[in-house]
Amino acid sequence: MLILRCPYCGVDAEETDLAPGGEAHLTRHGPGSDDAEFRDYLFQRRNPRGVHFERWRHAFGCGKWFHAARCTQTLEVFGTYSAQCSEPPEEIMTAIRTRRPDWEMPA
Amino acid sequence: MSEAVTALAGATYEGAVTVADGGLTGMVQLRADLADAAVATAVKAATGADLPDRRRISAAKEQRLLWMSPDELLILTDHGAAPDLVKRLSTELTGQHALVLDLSDARSRIRLSGQGVREVLAKGAPVDLAPGRFEPGEVRRTRIGQIAAAFWLLSETEAEVICFRSVAPFLFDWLSTAARPGSLPGHFR
Ligand SMILES: [Zn+2]
Repeated sequence: MLILRCPYCGVDAEETDLAPGGEAHLTRHGPGSDDAEFRDYLFQRRNPRGVHFERWRHAFGCGKWFHAARCTQTLEVFGTYSAQCSEPPEEIMTAIRTRRPDWEMPA
Repeated sequence: MSEAVTALAGATYEGAVTVADGGLTGMVQLRADLADAAVATAVKAATGADLPDRRRISAAKEQRLLWMSPDELLILTDHGAAPDLVKRLSTELTGQHALVLDLSDARSRIRLSGQGVREVLAKGAPVDLAPGRFEPGEVRRTRIGQIAAAFWLLSETEAEVICFRSVAPFLFDWLSTAARPGSLPGHFR
């Protein structure tokens, strides 16, 4: 069972209180992009074994979207953070590097 | 004017815990940035109450203010008082980025009373309801069974639950089943 702390309510919300939103920090390719970019934006997703960044929504609670950094292999949660950012904040990166010294942010 | 009725028509279930229709309730929704001092001032002027802290309930006179999210407040009041409250709040919030609505008929209120209200709620909600972890004065939006609900404790033996009106009979039945005599494990006692 995955438990994530909603950064807006501050509650430790169990997975059944939440709705998953898939991979985080995607770059939107819309008008002006080529077909391959648009295809990748729509369909191509990382599926890492290990550190992953995701979007979740506190669906049964405050209704807000937020971000979570966790390990897909162990379900360890490195932290949750605001939806209003396009990359993980420094404290999340520090938490990940502390726990996974060999990990590198994928390009 | 048509006569307002609740979805539960005054239903009551007497089990290990009593489950009862909470009756007609005025419910006014405010969507605005609750961190904005001007919003707090307007709410204070219209209701007499301070904004509740995160996940908490504040009160003044017959009104209770429930923190629903960083930009959502639900004010419970007498059913007949809601339209006036909407006017007062809207006036106080003139020029602010805010939305005030009378949602009295959108949700239903159910009352639980008796020893074991914590256990009845804990059967359906993914919330730590142990004493000290969830206390009167706090509100929790979550699910009960499969549906969205919010609840709070009034005391160790009284709780209130709100849910959308269309699913109120479902929640009433759900809570009644959870409150069947002999079905409470006594976990929190
Ligand atoms: Zn939340």
